[in-house]
Amino acid sequence: MNWQIHLPALALAIPLLGAFASPVAGLGGRSIRNAWMVFISIATTAICLLLLNRVLAEGVMVYVMGAENWNLTLPSGLSWPIRIILQVDAFSAFMAVVGSVAALAGAFFSLQFMDKFTGLEKFSALYFLLVTGMLGMQLTGDLFNFFVFLEIASVASFGLIAFWRDRPEAVEASFKYMVISTLSAMFVLIAVGFLYGRYNAVNIAAVARMMHMGYAEKIALVFLVVSLTMKCGTVPMHMWTPDAYAEAPAGVTCLLVGVSQASLYGLFRVCFSLYGVSLGSTVVPWTIIVMGVLSMFIGVTMAVIQKEVKRLMAYHSVSQIGYILMALGVGLLAIRDPQAMAEYGFTAMKGGIFHILNYTMYKGLLFLTAGALFYSSGSRNLNEMGGLARVMPHTTFMFVIAAAAIAGIPPFNGFVSKLLIYQSTFAVYPLLAVVALVTSVLTLASFVKVFQTAFLGPARKKFEHATEAPGSMLIGMSILTIVIVAITLFPTWTLSHLVEPAAKALVDQAGYISAVMGGGL
Amino acid sequence: MNPLSVVVRTICDVFAWFMGIFGVYIIIHGHLTPGGGFQGGAVVATMIAFLLVSHGGKKLLAFARPGFYSALETTGLLLFICAGFFGITTTLFYNFLAGQGGLFGSAVPIGPNSGIINSAGTISLMNMAVGLEVIGGLSLIIIYMFKGIRLFENAEGSGETGHDR
Amino acid sequence: MTGNAPFLVVGIIFFLGLYAILFERNLIKIAIGISLLEASANLLLIVLGYRSGGSIPVFTLAGEVKTMVLPTPQALTLTAIVIGLATSALLLSLIMLLYRHYGTLDVREIRRLRG
Repeated sequence: MNWQIHLPALALAIPLLGAFASPVAGLGGRSIRNAWMVFISIATTAICLLLLNRVLAEGVMVYVMGAENWNLTLPSGLSWPIRIILQVDAFSAFMAVVGSVAALAGAFFSLQFMDKFTGLEKFSALYFLLVTGMLGMQLTGDLFNFFVFLEIASVASFGLIAFWRDRPEAVEASFKYMVISTLSAMFVLIAVGFLYGRYNAVNIAAVARMMHMGYAEKIALVFLVVSLTMKCGTVPMHMWTPDAYAEAPAGVTCLLVGVSQASLYGLFRVCFSLYGVSLGSTVVPWTIIVMGVLSMFIGVTMAVIQKEVKRLMAYHSVSQIGYILMALGVGLLAIRDPQAMAEYGFTAMKGGIFHILNYTMYKGLLFLTAGALFYSSGSRNLNEMGGLARVMPHTTFMFVIAAAAIAGIPPFNGFVSKLLIYQSTFAVYPLLAVVALVTSVLTLASFVKVFQTAFLGPARKKFEHATEAPGSMLIGMSILTIVIVAITLFPTWTLSHLVEPAAKALVDQAGYISAVMGGGL
Repeated sequence: MNPLSVVVRTICDVFAWFMGIFGVYIIIHGHLTPGGGFQGGAVVATMIAFLLVSHGGKKLLAFARPGFYSALETTGLLLFICAGFFGITTTLFYNFLAGQGGLFGSAVPIGPNSGIINSAGTISLMNMAVGLEVIGGLSLIIIYMFKGIRLFENAEGSGETGHDR
Repeated sequence: MTGNAPFLVVGIIFFLGLYAILFERNLIKIAIGISLLEASANLLLIVLGYRSGGSIPVFTLAGEVKTMVLPTPQALTLTAIVIGLATSALLLSLIMLLYRHYGTLDVREIRRLRG
């Protein structure tokens, strides 16, 4: 039991070790490199699951890097924490589990999908660096380290998006993503600077404890909200999303979906835990809600007209991010009012957080099936595909499950979270629920189109030698399928055991602060 | 890039050694002065750029092997993470060597002093690890960027090669 | 009044960088804009940590020192500089690749991805 106090640190150290040792593992040839990649991904996922288990059982975990004692945050004589800390509450652990499962599926998928390319030891090094960055953003309790991990994740993903550097489009997409994410990282750094100048601390809990709204805090808030919404791909700055998601190798896209959730995590950590009740007016919640609605609608309308499979799916992820933003924005609206929180706010939070889990799982699965389609047919264009259900029965089956889940067809998990979102947003402003419903219908229409053109229809001559995706790709896809089916079968258990603790932890600002600062100071 | 004149080359040959030594000095004094692994590594890697300018690309590419610098980079990174892992009986990245005596563990006097070089524990080790990593990484960046320029000069219009086997 | 001058410089550099990123058409100039933004963020951190009359925060051979500037922002800045270097190197290599693919550095002509 004792070693479990190191779980937050191990969740970062294991993928970091995986990244640094990948070139060495690459010396041993193909099978050792693959075994290393599988081993590290499984170990990371297991650690994240254990972490979630422990956090749910024992409350917020604080881990201090390099101190004499693992939870010693305040050296004697100082009244604010100066050390590098990791702070894991139920919401962080939940996000870490979601991200690491996506990373596991992407790693399995990449084994055979990337097999015909060279430079794979660098690929797996960057892949695990991206995992480290993602988990670091979710587990850290320190604003500056949030910036550092954001940059680690960004730099790793530039390299991965431009992996097919002989494709001009991939380099172009990577450049766009790089400009956007460097800009947003600098905004985060400037916001950290403003907060540091006011409070002489970069620790989230310490800053939150002293928070009084003033000009510096407002400027910092604007910078943080702008940069983090930019990074997770909401509408005014969504144009990097389709490019980057469509041009990255499919396994990486699955992980990038998880990484964009880490930016979303940062946004809500800032809004709920750092500012919390001192947000004051309703400007920020409404900004987030409006951004969410715009993303939902514009994302899905752009998706309907796409011809390229992965680009279409990438526009859908813009619109799904919109759902999450809208739900959590409604939760933020209710944060100062306990009655509103009980009436609709908490339902919205549950819906939003449940949707994060669902979205990452089925969107990752959809990108993987798109990768499998590309692997077998050699084409990205929907108009050139057809009749692939005959040769790829397993992929077709998993695609149908994922498409049903994203469209919110009743028994599936997407329906549960969307229902929670409809219910709660209707109580705030009925139009929001109407837009969400219309978006859902358009999503269904667009995926029916993909299913019909790519999988159904007469067998085409040029695909008669196309085969089912090979073993490891199927394993990667089935991991996500199993998760989706499990959530579909046990939605109540998931809601009460995973989602509700996470939502409670996010709302409970005082608990987050006192875990680091203690009660006394 | 073409080699410069013999005067420049000779002077560069001499001063390259000083740059290397100065970089190593910065790495080793990382815990006492405003320096450290990254800064010192950057100074050492400047040596590669220096030799590139003076001796020209052809000679440098014959001399500097990317594999060597890759190995340097990996060694540094692994040393860094291992130094972190050795402290895990207390916490990750715990400075288990400080104050223990021996090569890295002298006690630190209180107040302004002239600095004791072997007092930093794992911080020294990590500075060296990061130094190795940065030397390898920055040298690789210089070499690959120079190779990129050469591709423009030689093969006009030939496409970029990807990772296809 | 003069005490606020460094912040004014930070603001000027920040908006110059933002202007370059938003309105310049040459990729290299966009890269310069990003570097300017990084410089302004670093300068902001350094300026925030300055205490008037303070000496450098190094104990080695410090002598009799009354005030020191804050060391934390300097450590943060060093980290940010290291990250900025990695980003710039990657940015320039991608610009090289883009030039090789498209034969131009004009952003108006590098738009194969749209819609």
